[in-house]
Amino acid sequence: MWSQIKTAFSMLAVFTVLTGLIYPALVTGLAQECFPRQANGSMIRRAGKVVGSGLIGQPFSDPKYFWGRPSATLPYPYNAANSGASNLGPSNPVLLSEVRARVQALRAADPEDRADVPVDLVTASGSGLDPDISPAAAFYQAARVARARHLKLSRVRRLIARHVTGRQFGILGEPRVNVLKLNLALDRMR
Amino acid sequence: MTGNDYLQVALLLGVLALLVKPLGGYMAGVYEGRIAFLNRFAAPVENRIYRLCGVDPAEEMHWTRYALAMLSFNLLGMLAVYALQRVQAHLPLNPEAFPAVSPGSSFNTAVSYATNTNWQDYSGEATMSYLTQMAGLTVQNFVSAASGMAVLVAMIRGFARDAAATIGNFWVDMTRSTLYILLPLSLLLALVLVSQGVVQTFSAYRTVPLLQPLHYRAVRQSGAGQRITDAGDNPVTEKLVRKNQLIAVGPAASQVAIKQIGTNGGGFFNANSAHPFENPTPLSDFLEMIAIVLIPAALCYTFGSMVGDRRQGRAIFAAMAIMFVAMLVPVEHFEQAGNPLLAKTGVSQTANALQSGGNMEGKEVRFGVVNSALWATLTTTTSNGSVNSALDSFTPLAGMVPMGALQLGEVVFGGVGSGLYGMLVFAIIAVFVAGLMIGRTPEYLGKKIQAFEMKMAAVVILIPPFLILVGTAIAVMIPAGRVAAANPGPHGFSEILYAFSSAAANNGSAFAGLSSNTPFYNTALGLVMLFGRYWLMVPVLAIAGALVRKKKVPVSAGTMPTHTPLFVILLIGTIFIVGALAFFPVLALGPIAEYLKMVAVH
Amino acid sequence: MTTASAATRSPRHALVTRSILRRALIDACAKLLPQHQWRNPVMFVVYLGSILTTVLWIQALAGHGEAPAGFILAVTLWLWFTVLFANFAEAIAEGRSKAQAAALRSVKRDVLAKKLAAPKYGSTTTTVGSSQLHKGDVLLVEAGDVIPADGEVIEGVASVDESAITGESAPVIREAGGDFSSVTGGTRVLSDWLVVRVTSDPGHTFIDRMIAMVESARRQKTPNEIALLILLVGFTLVFLKTTATLLPYSLYSVRVAKAGTPVTITVLVALLVCLIPTTIGALLSAIGLAGIGRMLRANIIATSGRAVEAAGDVDTLLLDKTGTITLGNRQATGIHPAPKVSEHELADAAQLASLADETPEGRSIVVLAKQRYGLRERDVHALGATFVHFSAKTRMSGVDLNGRQIRKGAADAMQAWVEDRGAQYPPEVTRLVNDIARRGSTPLVVAVDSRILGVIELKDVVKGGIRERFSELRRMGIRTVMITGDNKLTAAAIAAEAGVDDFLAEATPEAKLALIREHQKQGRLVAMTGDGTNDAPALAQADVAVAMNTGTQAAKEAGNLVDLDSNPTKLIEIVETGKQLLITRGALTTFSIANDVSKYFAVVPAAFATTYPQLGALNIMHLATPQSAILSAVIFNALIIVALIPLALRGVRYRAVGAARLLRDNLLIYGVGGVIAPFIGIKLINMALVWLRLA
Repeated sequence: MWSQIKTAFSMLAVFTVLTGLIYPALVTGLAQECFPRQANGSMIRRAGKVVGSGLIGQPFSDPKYFWGRPSATLPYPYNAANSGASNLGPSNPVLLSEVRARVQALRAADPEDRADVPVDLVTASGSGLDPDISPAAAFYQAARVARARHLKLSRVRRLIARHVTGRQFGILGEPRVNVLKLNLALDRMR
Repeated sequence: MTGNDYLQVALLLGVLALLVKPLGGYMAGVYEGRIAFLNRFAAPVENRIYRLCGVDPAEEMHWTRYALAMLSFNLLGMLAVYALQRVQAHLPLNPEAFPAVSPGSSFNTAVSYATNTNWQDYSGEATMSYLTQMAGLTVQNFVSAASGMAVLVAMIRGFARDAAATIGNFWVDMTRSTLYILLPLSLLLALVLVSQGVVQTFSAYRTVPLLQPLHYRAVRQSGAGQRITDAGDNPVTEKLVRKNQLIAVGPAASQVAIKQIGTNGGGFFNANSAHPFENPTPLSDFLEMIAIVLIPAALCYTFGSMVGDRRQGRAIFAAMAIMFVAMLVPVEHFEQAGNPLLAKTGVSQTANALQSGGNMEGKEVRFGVVNSALWATLTTTTSNGSVNSALDSFTPLAGMVPMGALQLGEVVFGGVGSGLYGMLVFAIIAVFVAGLMIGRTPEYLGKKIQAFEMKMAAVVILIPPFLILVGTAIAVMIPAGRVAAANPGPHGFSEILYAFSSAAANNGSAFAGLSSNTPFYNTALGLVMLFGRYWLMVPVLAIAGALVRKKKVPVSAGTMPTHTPLFVILLIGTIFIVGALAFFPVLALGPIAEYLKMVAVH
Repeated sequence: MTTASAATRSPRHALVTRSILRRALIDACAKLLPQHQWRNPVMFVVYLGSILTTVLWIQALAGHGEAPAGFILAVTLWLWFTVLFANFAEAIAEGRSKAQAAALRSVKRDVLAKKLAAPKYGSTTTTVGSSQLHKGDVLLVEAGDVIPADGEVIEGVASVDESAITGESAPVIREAGGDFSSVTGGTRVLSDWLVVRVTSDPGHTFIDRMIAMVESARRQKTPNEIALLILLVGFTLVFLKTTATLLPYSLYSVRVAKAGTPVTITVLVALLVCLIPTTIGALLSAIGLAGIGRMLRANIIATSGRAVEAAGDVDTLLLDKTGTITLGNRQATGIHPAPKVSEHELADAAQLASLADETPEGRSIVVLAKQRYGLRERDVHALGATFVHFSAKTRMSGVDLNGRQIRKGAADAMQAWVEDRGAQYPPEVTRLVNDIARRGSTPLVVAVDSRILGVIELKDVVKGGIRERFSELRRMGIRTVMITGDNKLTAAAIAAEAGVDDFLAEATPEAKLALIREHQKQGRLVAMTGDGTNDAPALAQADVAVAMNTGTQAAKEAGNLVDLDSNPTKLIEIVETGKQLLITRGALTTFSIANDVSKYFAVVPAAFATTYPQLGALNIMHLATPQSAILSAVIFNALIIVALIPLALRGVRYRAVGAARLLRDNLLIYGVGGVIAPFIGIKLINMALVWLRLA
């Protein structure tokens, strides 16, 4: 019995070193060597300065920016140090009222548009950090952004079209638009 | 579902089918020690480990000894993870200076990782130091998976060996599983994931500027972290501004790779695989899904190969694949149909070229409905339990399927090792009833199924429903259990039921609205995870020990074939009857009631 | 040929008689005692549930009811009916056994025995009661006497009427020595006398064993039954948890939905009883008893239920060639003279040598010579010939006539015989002998003095239809092995003609034993029949051993089944009966569990109707009211037991169509049928309740 425990203990020690220290260190070494940008958070640099992560969304509420997905992170939205979803059940009245409020906010910012709001624009994402919105959600906001920035609608729409990431290899995932990158591009339009 | 949705599902199943045979054959070779390449180049490392730990690799174990070795190793692992969490503040690789984890949470997490459950009552990026994530959680991701595989291999030997006394050597099976299967696959996957954007660094969290500063209201807190309230006992809020975003990073890729390959599922970050740093692109999503189901599926082939009849493995695989598709279809359907309550809010939930539509609450745009539903089904039919979307926000019937998959005992692919050994227990029961129906003492793979095997098989199928139903009953009877539910009505009931289902099935996914980091849930779910794992593993080993002694009955025309479509149907029927019948009433009070109420309102 | 005739011959084995029914109704109530219920865990749960709802009903009468007293009473009554129906099923099966036992007991009257002072005929006798006889006592039994105890004939020959046990009216011959030496107590000597040594102590006679068996007093559960019971208890526990935890769930649901009342205990008990496998639980012991009963109707006595069950598992049958595969008698079919001998000369000598031979083989030679060579049958005594009887030592027979020694016998015996007389054994004859043997026939060499005249061919006649029978067995997955004393060549030819899978030639008791062990080592289950004392070791070794009732006491002791008809072909029926037993259990288990699906659709919407009226969408049978829905399910659950009693007693028919097809068919009937049937049944019952204004 005692020798059994001793064996178990030594095995645990060996595997802790092997899989808990050597393995992550090896992966880190290789990752930093081969994919340093990705391994460190896929940061976007403008003029040598980091302006955000291409994978982590940021909160927007100004009419002149495209808004991203609602975020349910605590204590404030898009808290990238505490990711999470709303976990509201589909039948939860709170969900219904939040969606209604978001639709209201969008309509208030652009009273002329009576089209149905794309669902991803009024529902919280799974991570609370979703960097993307659907192309439909981007085009839905085009008129508001164009007006706020005094740009021609067609220009804004073209900008969106350029920022649509298609399905990977034409099959995987869904078409999407990275909100931060789109807004950075907007800021550079004059 | 759109045409492209079908294509994505078909691609996943197609790639999986292609990989099953080579990996399954390789694993059979590993356990039988006949991979020439490994024997030449890797054996010295393996033997060195044995020498270091005083293991005689040639020693064959009786099932009781095998079980004892497995249990003692797992127990020590649990203690190590517990200790590591409690003292992480004093250890290196803690750039965010996280304090010690609370005892209750530490216990829950230690049990959770050792049992291959990876239930998380904590938020990874706000709780665990890098060292805890690596030397505690990542290690358990490897060895708990390897333990499951070892128990499965022991059971396969019970069928394969003819009138023998022993079922192999736990240390050898565990070491080979880790060294030759889990480690190489994880290394490969980790690097591919990094290329897609999964972070892998030891540096501290990054601060980046916000393009638009964030103004928000928050409850004012005193210095001691207490909420400050006004005279009317309402919380006092204050206006705050943030100009920066603190982005959590860490050695995530190495842990994410093994959490998928070992069907563990515990996220490096709180949002788990919905987090862009764990699962940044549709390709990473696809590869992680393959990784989740790869070993459980390939083990079917390993099984067929080791018992000397590949058709047997194929039949089991077919049963799993059919059940998987049968479960996937309703999830996809109900999620794509969207939330009926949002129909009148001026929201467009229909799919078109510019949006995936459907029920997007809790989902990420890059995955849309199809990959979220696919992921949810995959991770709950296997014992993975990672999530790339919030299951709590799934529409009722779509959420019921993952819950049902847990309650069926996670045998559709299932956990690495545990899925197949659970499935084989169901096969034993199916064979027993069917065997009677053809007028013979039932036998499976030439081994007669008699009273002792039935007794152990009955224990295996009895324990999970017992843990789930009784656990949920206790939780809904006491205030500490009831208050944790975040959602009202039957959905809150579903949250509690899901938690116990997940813990008993060692899955780890959650209807995450449930506030489970409380003394009651930490203890109750911890115990359920423990019993759900070892109360099954030990009887399974007992079955292996009993079977291995039996003489193989030669096949004749009177033998019930267990590789035919008929047997596949029978097996599925047995799983459905045993699983679904036990849970139908309780599901009626949760998701079914919620669904019918929603439809009625609509 | 056997089962059917046995059944018609034995009217006492009719499925159920009126008196059995009457008796069973009384017994069903008597079995309500807890010590009896406890033996069947599934039904014990129903029993406890019935008691619980009875208490609830009384409480409701007192005005503190959780539901209307009428409803509780209705459920309670039907729960008690469920228990009673289960008791009834068991009582019927037991009743039939008891009737069989009573018939047997009537045979076992206390008769007076003539005990001999010394073990030989003519010794002084004392009269004692048969109940005072012990092993080793020697008795005299004369014409008209009932044989007082089981025993071994040590002197004398007599015809015995064994119809009391076998139902066969034709008398049988019992004589000292050989394989027809055992007699059974209760049978009657018709002519002559016998000196019998008693082989059993009082209370342990063959009839006692039969009675004990059929009365099931000492019936122990068979291994398969135990395994099945474990599974059933497993299911019961699963559903116990499912229903018991519904109470807290319901309380919680009422709290969060803020509507309705919690589910009542009565409904939960009703749901529990509907879900647990009561159908198979109620019929399980009846099925087992019926299996033994079916054996009895086929005139087979099983010494244990285990043997009946094992019969279904058999995968190798060892069959004696003679009597089972071939007709007992070989027929002379050809005459092959040696060189320079005419056919006529050989036929003449062969006929002379066989004149005194009363065996069927001998007779067939005489007939052949007469039919083919016109040789009239001669009166041996008139010729003044002396017979030479066959003996195991000389292995030849014949006559001595006018100084000529005419002999016929086995080739090697004849060769030795002529060579002893200095003559040469012609090589052509050896060739002839081999040719005949290769054809599967038995060569019989004929010689006069030292001169070999030629060979007579005796052909084994394979029974009609036996080939088809064996291919049927093959489809069942059963290998057949023919056992014969013939040489390899002969055996191979007959084996090929009969279509057996394998054969054992020149079989000795040791070879048989070795063969059985060999098969068992490969993991096979072996069945065999045997009658002689020298079969005893092999019978003891075999997993299923059928001893012929005509056989010796030793053989009967060694076997676990005794065939009263002494028909070796019956082994096949025995296997089928064994399979039938298992199939019936499997089919009813499947049916029982498959029933649960519909019961959920009846009970679940009804149980939570007040809290979640939306669950009414699950009421796909459109049952009138929640209470009538629950009641309908409970009534169906009780009535299905009664409806299936005949099936349990008769058994599900076994067809030799191969395992896969059999499984498919039974799954379709009892699995799919088990899902569908209760939907219809419950709906019909509900309609009836509505019509009767009970709903």
